[in-house]
Amino acid sequence: MADLTSNFAGIESPNPFWLASGPPANSGDQVMRAFDSGWGGAVWKTLGNPIVNVSSRLGSVNYGSHKLMGLNNIELITDRPLSVNFKEISEVKKRYPKHAVIASVMVESRADWEEMIRRVEDSHADGLELNFGCPHGMCERGMGSAVGQEPKVLQELVAWVMETTKLPVIAKLTPNITDITEPAFAAQKAGAHAVSLINTIQSVIGVDLDRLVPLPRVGNASSHGGYCGPAVKPIALRMVAELARANEFSLPISGIGGIETWRDAAEFLALGATNVQVCTAVMHHGFRIAEDLIDGLSNYLDQKGMNTVDGLVGAALPAFKEWGDLDLNHHVVAKINRETCIGCQLCIVACHDGAHQCIHPSEKAGAPADLPHRVPWVEEEECVGCNLCAFVCPVEGCIEMVEERRGDEVDTWNTRVKDGRDHVPGGLSDS
Amino acid sequence: MSDSPIFEAPPHRLESGLEEKNAPLNPGDALVEAQRCLYCHDAPCIPSCPTAIDIPTFIRKIATGNLKGSARTILNANLLAASCARVCPVEVLCEETCVYVGWNRPPITIGKLQRYAMDHAASPDLLPRNPPTGFSVGLVGAGPASLACAGTLSLLGHETVLYERDPLPGGLNTTGVAPYKMNLNESLAEVSFILKLGVDLQTGVEVGRTITGKELLDRHQFIFIGPGLGSDSKLNIPGEDGEGVQGAVAWIRRLKTEPGYTLPPVKNAVVIGGGNTALDAARELGKLGVPHVYLVYRRSEEDMSGYLHEWSAAKEEGVTLISNAAPREVLREKGHVLGLSLARTKDGKPTQDALADLPCDFVVVAIGQSKLRGLAKEFPGVELTEDGCIKADPQTFVTGNPQVFAGGDARNGGKEVVNAVDEGQRAARAIDAQLRSSSTPKTGSTSTDRENG
Ligand SMILES: Cc1cc2nc3c(=O)[nH]c(=O)nc-3n(C[C@H](O)[C@H](O)[C@H](O)COP(=O)(O)OP(=O)(O)OC[C@H]3O[C@@H](n4cnc5c(N)ncnc54)[C@H](O)[C@@H]3O)c2cc1C
Ligand SMILES: Cc1cc2nc3c(=O)[nH]c(=O)nc-3n(C[C@H](O)[C@H](O)[C@H](O)COP(=O)(O)O)c2cc1C
Ligand code: SF4
Repeated sequence: MADLTSNFAGIESPNPFWLASGPPANSGDQVMRAFDSGWGGAVWKTLGNPIVNVSSRLGSVNYGSHKLMGLNNIELITDRPLSVNFKEISEVKKRYPKHAVIASVMVESRADWEEMIRRVEDSHADGLELNFGCPHGMCERGMGSAVGQEPKVLQELVAWVMETTKLPVIAKLTPNITDITEPAFAAQKAGAHAVSLINTIQSVIGVDLDRLVPLPRVGNASSHGGYCGPAVKPIALRMVAELARANEFSLPISGIGGIETWRDAAEFLALGATNVQVCTAVMHHGFRIAEDLIDGLSNYLDQKGMNTVDGLVGAALPAFKEWGDLDLNHHVVAKINRETCIGCQLCIVACHDGAHQCIHPSEKAGAPADLPHRVPWVEEEECVGCNLCAFVCPVEGCIEMVEERRGDEVDTWNTRVKDGRDHVPGGLSDS
Repeated sequence: MSDSPIFEAPPHRLESGLEEKNAPLNPGDALVEAQRCLYCHDAPCIPSCPTAIDIPTFIRKIATGNLKGSARTILNANLLAASCARVCPVEVLCEETCVYVGWNRPPITIGKLQRYAMDHAASPDLLPRNPPTGFSVGLVGAGPASLACAGTLSLLGHETVLYERDPLPGGLNTTGVAPYKMNLNESLAEVSFILKLGVDLQTGVEVGRTITGKELLDRHQFIFIGPGLGSDSKLNIPGEDGEGVQGAVAWIRRLKTEPGYTLPPVKNAVVIGGGNTALDAARELGKLGVPHVYLVYRRSEEDMSGYLHEWSAAKEEGVTLISNAAPREVLREKGHVLGLSLARTKDGKPTQDALADLPCDFVVVAIGQSKLRGLAKEFPGVELTEDGCIKADPQTFVTGNPQVFAGGDARNGGKEVVNAVDEGQRAARAIDAQLRSSSTPKTGSTSTDRENG
């Protein structure tokens, strides 16, 4: 069995799965139940000056019968008294000394930061996460993503914190920015021990078309919120990978955003995260998902012959390249399995209207002999290998993309430009 | 189950021709079905399983592609989950309680998903094992109850030896379950799996004949008895003895295990009884190609003790019910069965009123199994209930003799495989608790430094 113990920026935990700062890590009772269910650590719901929340505060995107594909919220930081939060943090740490408890903090003035850090230290939390990510409500007050979007301000704030404490410090970044590496380097320069990302993405989840009010509705109005859940995973993965491969960026990364299963977690690790944090999936399914996260990751590591989580960290990064370095001779062609095809012809319409017009109905001239009625056929010379048909096919494994290389050697756009066989920018000639 | 049986299956068995009722799920269908599961909190399906398998968790693990974890979740609760997945009457157990049912939607096919996880990922290495304790437990019979008990004890670190009368282990899983649910090979593969947990098996050993109860008590700290039920009950009517009339359990055993056994050319077969064994026999006869199969039952259709889903299937397959009727005599000519003479019944009891004779050439008697009353006498202190079941505590399964535990059909009078498994496993935990609080291991028994598997 693989060893799942984790050391993130000096913070040890039984496994790399932490609760992200949010409703599941709002109180001592929840965090202790989470630890009992297997979670390795928890980043406490962000602590700061007292706030008042609105009701309602969450919005959901459902996709077909799947609920909560994406979640949006207009909730602020903790609305419980700081003294209660700190008392509970101490208690959790006393009862669960081997688990990681991180205090997420967001305040404004330097005096407030110093006061807050003193109280965090007194509570025996294992580290600090600086919330530079909240994209709604708090940023209007000059905090959260307002800081995360200003690398200079971020650097200054982190520097204050580093002067004040010896605890491990994690800067939590906002994705609401063009280049994620800028705030990350700012944090590194200021001496932070690690970064975590992503916080939520600015969003409007929908509109109540009867009342003509955006959602989630608060009386007769709404406001933009932060988007998270399975839908944001690809965005988060890209940002984590971008940062992990950035030259000279050397801080450990805590991957967050849309993680629901051990596979999601493994993907973040493979693209360079050292551990992961989860919020929405716990809000949806409860703390109990930790069991499959742990069990599934451990089985996967065993299968890969990796003894520790670190063996997986960054394992897919060398294969994350610039477009210009991809092999233009790699070519795949769609093959439809006659035995399993159910004749829905969804691939035909997708290819004809949305791709390259090379999947045809069985009755069209040119069909292979003895092709059963309604089983489509692929005009292989015309297939560009885009994958669309395989994605719309409802039958698992019925359409396979089979590799048929266009040349033995690897040929990339960058080498073509270098050899003078292609040019930058493309130019408008047809030749 | 990924293990191939270490027992030779008898060749040329009639059951081999009977198709499977539940074709296995392919990976795509398993994924779609697993994703349909709502992953209910405090799910009602869990307590509806006698072994309380954490069903939503194992299904979620199928959905996330963690098949090993799924199999482990299942096996942790039920060591015979591979056969349970096939033979459990899920229609009246877990699947009936699925919240989709109350919502007028088809339930999650829990049995099929369980089978999928077992077929693809079950392995003896998935289960944690305690170091050997040196204690030893002997088990009478190698049916589901004893297998589950022995497997659990073995994982807990105790030496276990199964003593089985038959040449083939597995009990009714091997010799009785309808072939379209599970065939003999699948049952033997599961026995192999249990043996790989470290269990020893001696076949052809009948306790009370080959070996005495006293000898067992001397050899082992504790004894578990799981001998099941006895032979088919008889009608006790004229003409019953002789060729063409068979007890149901005996006949099903022949079609499942007897090399080269074939059904004589039968046009009209009659099954007597209204329970699940009767329904199994009737459906098997139909599937073997008998053109007319009748079920003669002494009460009304509504009173039948067999499951409604089994009876509906039997009806659909063409089985004709003759209700409120009881056989008076098997009519024969030159020894050959010609028909049945029937009496009308009232409240299940035959009256003087005769019904028209029912022409037939084959009769299967499925009116219950006798109790194995003799075995209890082998163990001083073990008592029987009035109807011949072995008396044992419903929590710990200890009998009147503190050294002897009992479970399965012999104790509960005949339920399902999953009940036998549950009783065997719970007895194992009670035995383990006793052993750990008790004195020193019994020496003189076979060596304890066995390898895994
Ligand atoms: C025809 C039929 C069909 C069934 N179909 C289903 C079904 O589809 N689903 C379901 O859940 N249940 C079914 N059942 C019920 C199920 O088979 C039993 O509940 C289950 O097998 C009981 O397990 P057991 O271990 O208590 O007994 P058994 O399975 O009867 O096993 C007892 C074992 O002990 C051995 N034994 C007995 N006496 C001695 C002795 N003195 N010494 C050594 N060994 C001995 C026997 O040879 C046998 O192998 C069916 C039963 C029958 C009769
Ligand atoms: C209702 C809600 C409240 C949140 N509150 C906080 C917070 O107080 N501090 C913080 O750093 N992040 C907060 N987050 C963001 C999460 O920690 C996390 O970064 C984000 O939800 C992405 O992860 P996920 O897709 O697993 O939910 C909140 C998210 C939600 C849904
Ligand atoms: S989840 Fe709980 S807090 Fe939220 S609306 Fe429902 S009952 Fe209220």
